[in-house]
Amino acid sequence: MHWIDFTSPHSVREAVELLNDANGSARVLAGGTDLLVQLRGGRFDDVNLVVDGKNIPELNEITYDPEGGLTLGAAVPCYRIYGNAAISRAYPGLIDSASLIGGTQIQGRASFGGNLCNSTPSGDSIPAMIAHSAVANIEGPDGHRHVAVEDFCTGPGSNVLGRGEMLVSISFPAPTSGFGANYMRFIPRNEMDIAVAGAGTSVVLDGDTIKSARVALAAVAPTPLYVSAIGDAIAGKPANDDTLAEAGQMAKDAATPITDMRGTIEYRKHLCDVLTRRSLQIAIDRAKENA
Amino acid sequence: MTTTTDYERNMILSSQEYNVVGTRPIRHDGADKVTGRALYGADFDTAGLLHGKVLRSPHAHANIVSIDTSAAEALPGVMAVVTFADFPQVSDGTVDFGEEITTVHDLQSNILARHKVLYKGHAVAAVAATNAHIAEEAVKLIDVEYETLPSVMTVQDAMVDGAPILHESMRTNELGATVDDKPSNVAQHFQHVKGDIDAGFGEADVIVEREFNTVTVHQGYIEPHAASAFWNTDGRLHIWCSTQGAFPARDATAEVLRLPVSQVRVTPMEIGGGFGGKIPVYLEPVAAMLSKKSGRAVKLVMSRADVFEASGPTCGSNMKVKIGAKHDGTITAMQSYLAFEAGAYAGSPVGAGAQCVFAAYDVENAVIDGYDVVVNKPKTAAYRAPGAPNAAFACEQAVDELAIKLGMDPIDLRLKNASVEGTRRPDGTVFPRIGCVEVLEAMKNHPHYSAPLGENQGRGVAIGYWFNVGFESAVNIAVNADGTITLVEGSTDIGGSRASIAMQAAEVLGIPAESVRPSVVDTDSVGFTAVTGGSRTTYATGWAAYDAAMDVKQKMIERAATIWDVDVDSIEMENGVLQSASDPELNMSFSDLAAQMGGTGGPIVGTASRNAGGMGVGGGSFAGNIVDVEVDPATGKTEVARFTVVQDAGKAIHPSYVEGQMQGGSVQGIGWALNEEYYMTDDGTMANSTLLDYRMPTSLDLPMIDTVIVEVPSDHPFGVRGVGEANIVPPTPAIANAIHSATNIRMERLPMSPVAIMEETWKQS
Amino acid sequence: MPGKTYVQTRINGEPVDFLAEPRQSLLECLRDVIGLTGSKEGCNDGNCGACTVEMDGRIVTSCLVLGVEAEGSDITTIEGIAEGSELHPVQQAFLENAALQCGICTPGFIVATKALLDHNPDPTEHEIRFWLANNLCRCTGYDKIVRAVQDAASRMQEASA
Repeated sequence: MHWIDFTSPHSVREAVELLNDANGSARVLAGGTDLLVQLRGGRFDDVNLVVDGKNIPELNEITYDPEGGLTLGAAVPCYRIYGNAAISRAYPGLIDSASLIGGTQIQGRASFGGNLCNSTPSGDSIPAMIAHSAVANIEGPDGHRHVAVEDFCTGPGSNVLGRGEMLVSISFPAPTSGFGANYMRFIPRNEMDIAVAGAGTSVVLDGDTIKSARVALAAVAPTPLYVSAIGDAIAGKPANDDTLAEAGQMAKDAATPITDMRGTIEYRKHLCDVLTRRSLQIAIDRAKENA
Repeated sequence: MTTTTDYERNMILSSQEYNVVGTRPIRHDGADKVTGRALYGADFDTAGLLHGKVLRSPHAHANIVSIDTSAAEALPGVMAVVTFADFPQVSDGTVDFGEEITTVHDLQSNILARHKVLYKGHAVAAVAATNAHIAEEAVKLIDVEYETLPSVMTVQDAMVDGAPILHESMRTNELGATVDDKPSNVAQHFQHVKGDIDAGFGEADVIVEREFNTVTVHQGYIEPHAASAFWNTDGRLHIWCSTQGAFPARDATAEVLRLPVSQVRVTPMEIGGGFGGKIPVYLEPVAAMLSKKSGRAVKLVMSRADVFEASGPTCGSNMKVKIGAKHDGTITAMQSYLAFEAGAYAGSPVGAGAQCVFAAYDVENAVIDGYDVVVNKPKTAAYRAPGAPNAAFACEQAVDELAIKLGMDPIDLRLKNASVEGTRRPDGTVFPRIGCVEVLEAMKNHPHYSAPLGENQGRGVAIGYWFNVGFESAVNIAVNADGTITLVEGSTDIGGSRASIAMQAAEVLGIPAESVRPSVVDTDSVGFTAVTGGSRTTYATGWAAYDAAMDVKQKMIERAATIWDVDVDSIEMENGVLQSASDPELNMSFSDLAAQMGGTGGPIVGTASRNAGGMGVGGGSFAGNIVDVEVDPATGKTEVARFTVVQDAGKAIHPSYVEGQMQGGSVQGIGWALNEEYYMTDDGTMANSTLLDYRMPTSLDLPMIDTVIVEVPSDHPFGVRGVGEANIVPPTPAIANAIHSATNIRMERLPMSPVAIMEETWKQS
Repeated sequence: MPGKTYVQTRINGEPVDFLAEPRQSLLECLRDVIGLTGSKEGCNDGNCGACTVEMDGRIVTSCLVLGVEAEGSDITTIEGIAEGSELHPVQQAFLENAALQCGICTPGFIVATKALLDHNPDPTEHEIRFWLANNLCRCTGYDKIVRAVQDAASRMQEASA
């Protein structure tokens, strides 16, 4: 690896200043499970400063209350997410993602914030966050702003963060009764793989009727793909196989994947259908338990 | 999943009982390996050690126009840079690695490219610097001008007229002679013929015929290649490396550097897996030359991408199989066409594949055509029964299809045609005593074979063969005054062979396995010993240990005779006790005598060297599988639900490590079957050169692997058959047959990944 | 070029300080700077698990941690698993169950297994396989490793009963 400098600021303000001064040649380190691999692989040859996020309190906090919802610091590693009983109950889609990213060791380091800032289409936490209506809390030289997670990524590896800006945390609204969510991906092995395709879904049920739904897909477009049309189409319909089939078909139609070593266009589109149906079914089952 | 079952998960169908052989002592090198003290290739350190890095070709096929190393040499911290120009002109000879033979020219230009690069990853230059990061920065400063050439990636493309030619000097050796003086990518075409193939097919009532394709896969050892070298001022070169054979590594390095072998000493470090891939040398001569130029010791370690792109994976292949049989199941004719990728230089495992393809079948009429074809990929190396898994993927699926067409049980069909002692294979070899029938019978009798299947599940079986090799081994034993022995051997220990070799000496001397201190030593310290490969080590080095122990035993008897002043012939040594036949009062233990050695004639040592023969010693080993899979019809994903491996071990010296070989080979086969592949882009780049995307099985992808050790003794003193390899042969066809049973889809290609299965499903509907 | 960073840690129960270049991974620092070569490099991108160490109570792949990040951390490597001359039950179980062949993955498996049993003393086979999925073994097919973990779990439960 080329030479880098390393610094551990203790406040968001300090970190923002460092990032702003570096003007693109600095990266924030959360768990490092993507960043260090990319630095070694030569993807960031222009980066010469690593800004450690782990000594900044706001990046490492989990706050939750049943009324106000959940705020997840950008550097909180996966194991703290699935190790939190309150999150487990209220945000099942996040637990699905946190438990399947990497393996045990990776989950000791990798964070949802890092996953989001890495902004790959296959990021396993992103569809679940979208399903849970997450908002990214960004701090920059000009103050803070909030961006819906579905609007955060702008292309493979790129996102809305501007000069000097950093992701501080991600907020999730408190789920209502009748809410259920899930994230499911398809991989050829059973662990340690990048998603060939993935589906994050959530529903709010009123009896056996879908009041509202959100569906987002992984690895089938240049960014994680929020398919709002599915929610629009199935809202008000019964939670049955016909409705799921309609959602699956819409997911398949919305996907614009590529053929690469992980899958073909045809196969990935097919998986969008299968995963959307299967994921929605789990979300519905969970919603019923939560009624 | 559960671990309690109503049957025994690890069975041994034993032939003979011994005191030490067949027990399960703790391996002698175990403590070092569970505490992190064992030193592997990359763990080597010495004063002033430099770290190197190899510059590799970004192109699959290109002429090297020029190399400018001046900027790299100028970087602070860089101590030496080498290219091919630093290496001597080599002889026209060959280097024999035991399982593979290569010309010195090819070996040298694979180590550092001469004028032309033949695959992406081909080494072009190397740097030694004060740390690895500086070396990495320095190689980026080397300016290489390439003239890119069209590349060719598959045997089908390489064999057509007008294909890009890798070696202008290569002419096809067509059935033993050069018949066409035209550059070609086909290094060799050979043919084995037995009986009258046309008559055989003429007799057949049912004929199956299919074409199969497989792609490049890697051994996947967890330890990347590592070699350190110090070229001393006295001209002697010392190498510390991770290798399957210290002596072949020494010989190859000496040839490439044009040194007498006596000038090179190789100290084998512990080796973190090889499976055939650590037989060739890649880094050793380069580290040596960097050391010579810098005057310091130099360490080279491959990255994981280097391992994938620039070591020696095993071949992709294109195969056709045709089999004919009568209604009663008698196979009348078997024909195969095997075209295997050699990689960048001649020498695919097609010869071995041809020996194994029909080995399980006693058939009157057969023809096997083999083609060795160069392509723009890394030069293939041995991988566990090299060539045989490819061939079995084709043959054993055709046999499965034949059984379905005949309405016969697939094991019964195989039993009806099974090879036995005296069977002559199509390649001419006549089998000595073998365990093909015993393995098939054990499969048939296993509770797994009659267990019920669930929804979307299917069951497949297959049998596979590896011929095993003998070659040279040397062992020295010294008796210690405390009643133990030290045993010195030259076989690098990859999977517990110190234990299996020590146990054979212990058995002869009637002492516990724990009373043997085995060591693997450097090439200055024991006689020539061939590679740990070819399933030879427990057989051949074990046999040498047996012989050396017999030598010790004889000398102890002679020493006792001297002490007691009785006739040598009147003394027997059994179970570690020396006993005079003439006088019952005269007896002493091994330890008693050991304690008196000094004053009664000096130390007692035994030595032995053995050439255990060539290929096919002891008749080789058969292995069979019963596999249950569950295929998700919506995604094409296959889960292995249950897996049983049966193998003929002749005699299992340490059953735990025999089972370990069977389980490990099975799981490599499962990986090969389901997900492993070199995913090559159009420009000849391996797109998935990481352990993330080269998907080897994780613990979560597998069930327990049930074993049955069958013991049909070989000619070895304890009946040993090497068990390292045959177990990787049947998994790919057994899984393919199980997938067919579950889905009615016949998979003619590897890997049988979810996307591949869905594509075949869509084709069918 | 800026210099090295002074890093203070506890490794295997003892205070250890060292100088690291910021670009050096914790694995490099352990192996090349401190001389603890028991942690192995198999991939350098977090996928093989051979470099697994415990850091502040969680297992991590030390190739994906910078050495300078270890400031103030408490780290356990394979060299710190045995208690003096007494093997840890996990180590003993790996030996007795023949759960290693070449041994290169063994340090990572033992560190990971110890962490598993520390927080889940009686794991199911599935839990064992799931926890260890970040550790690749190419020799054994995992069967004997899973058995060794089960065996170690019973030994440890017996010892604490």
